Amino acid sequence: MNLHAVREIYRFEMARTFRTIVQSILAPALTTSLYFIVFGSAIGSRMTAIDGVPYGAFIVPGLIMLSVLTESIGNASFGIYFPKWSGTIYELLSAPVSTAEIVLGYVGAAATKATMLGLIILLTSTFFVPLQVRHPVWMVVFLLMTAVTFSLFGFLLGVWATTWEKLQFVPLLVVTPLTFLGGSFYSIDMLPGVWRTVTLFNPVVYLISGFRWSFYGKADVNVVLSFSIIVAIMAACLVLIAWMIRTGWRLKH
Amino acid sequence: MRPIIRIDRLRKVYKGGLVALGDVSLAIDEGEIFALLGPNGAGKTTLIGIACGLVNATSGRVEAGGHDIVRDYRAARRLIGLVPQEIATDSFESVISTVRFSRGLFGCPPDPAVLERVLRQLSLWEKRDAKIMTLSGGMKRRVMIAKALVHEPRILFLDEPSAGVDVELRRGMWDTVRSLRDAGVTIILTTHYIEEAEEMADRIGVINKGELILVEEKTALMRKLGRKELRLQLGEALAVIPEPLVPWALELQDDGLTLVYRFETAAGQSRIDELLRELRQLGIGFHDLETRQSSLEEIFMSLVRKAS
Repeated sequence: MNLHAVREIYRFEMARTFRTIVQSILAPALTTSLYFIVFGSAIGSRMTAIDGVPYGAFIVPGLIMLSVLTESIGNASFGIYFPKWSGTIYELLSAPVSTAEIVLGYVGAAATKATMLGLIILLTSTFFVPLQVRHPVWMVVFLLMTAVTFSLFGFLLGVWATTWEKLQFVPLLVVTPLTFLGGSFYSIDMLPGVWRTVTLFNPVVYLISGFRWSFYGKADVNVVLSFSIIVAIMAACLVLIAWMIRTGWRLKH
Repeated sequence: MRPIIRIDRLRKVYKGGLVALGDVSLAIDEGEIFALLGPNGAGKTTLIGIACGLVNATSGRVEAGGHDIVRDYRAARRLIGLVPQEIATDSFESVISTVRFSRGLFGCPPDPAVLERVLRQLSLWEKRDAKIMTLSGGMKRRVMIAKALVHEPRILFLDEPSAGVDVELRRGMWDTVRSLRDAGVTIILTTHYIEEAEEMADRIGVINKGELILVEEKTALMRKLGRKELRLQLGEALAVIPEPLVPWALELQDDGLTLVYRFETAAGQSRIDELLRELRQLGIGFHDLETRQSSLEEIFMSLVRKAS
């Protein structure tokens, strides 16, 4: 295994994060803080507790997931799309490095950044709302699994995209609506019957529900099912990446 | 000398049916400078792309240093450095950081001494902390070479190294290439600047429409296919070629003041003596003469025309 290459790709990507720290870390942290102020303190103070959890605290796991999902996809897709766009991809393809090692470097860096951001938001939330984490180990497991899974998805997206517009298409028009409708701001039990059923087709519901369970011990859907869904999405991404490695799809002519 | 690159019946057909390479076979010796000449779209970049792992071949195989570039790609690619035609760099990175990145990609541990040596060799050491976006085009091109050399490859592919660079930089590039060859690096360059191949190459391959038309030592190629011209500056202008000289296929230029005789160097016998004797017998005098060898460019154009 070419560990030097994996380390260099990882270091390169992380260096870009710290070079653009305002855009990469501070801006998402600030945006989420505004959510806490608006939905947690201002509106949340007038809302009743959900499952015995104050509304401000209830939305914390959903907001963290929203950021982790968005940032994982965004970082990983940009990480691999930018060399394709600028032409520097030639160096990756001509180096003695396997596609699996390339994936490891980019996905590892994107997942690290998303996890860092998730933890920063978690820390920030403690300034606004009372917070408890009942299952800290599972909280970390859900966080890492989600960051890695959606970084893998983002990597695929970056390889697939042939224009900047396509790169933005899936995060803006698919992922963001699914995340907002995935129970970030409400429990799906609050939805009328048919919409509750429809919502269960949204995979993000399971991520948020499982993650929220690790905080408060309460979930919209069975926690084992939540974990299984993440594993299934990760497996699907890995299968697609394995196929991509074999064929050189959208990387080689 | 033993081949360091072996290309065996390499074929590439792109989606849509374009045959970029049709069963090309070639061996490149260790330590030589091999120039691959061809017009745009001839298949030069595709050939390099396959050898370097950027393009999947349709069939055939390539070995670098005895390693198959697909099955044993790690060992093969460690031997190869590539400077692509387009300048593609991470504009926001510093010179030293991007060169260090390249070394790591090729599986080499960090080595500040190697970085310094390569950057000094390419006169980039003073600019090591500069952002790439602040460098001139020529310096960016040198950064590309530094990135290709920092893992100390034995084979260097230069795809159109002089494309879009000024004369001074081009000459500097040629000096760099020669010094690399002196250090034992095998260099394969593609170009459509004939002057570049003429100046540097040990051997020349001519490729057109995906077919390798010819591979020959440069000097032998010049000798074999080169044409020479004898130009005689006449004392008095001639209105027409005199009847006895018609079989010589001479040409009159400059209002009859210059008589031009063209001959193949490959023929061995130029028959200049005979021509001069005949001129003397006809009382045609001349006050100056010069000979000129046809350039590689003319040879190349003639080969491509013949192949077409």
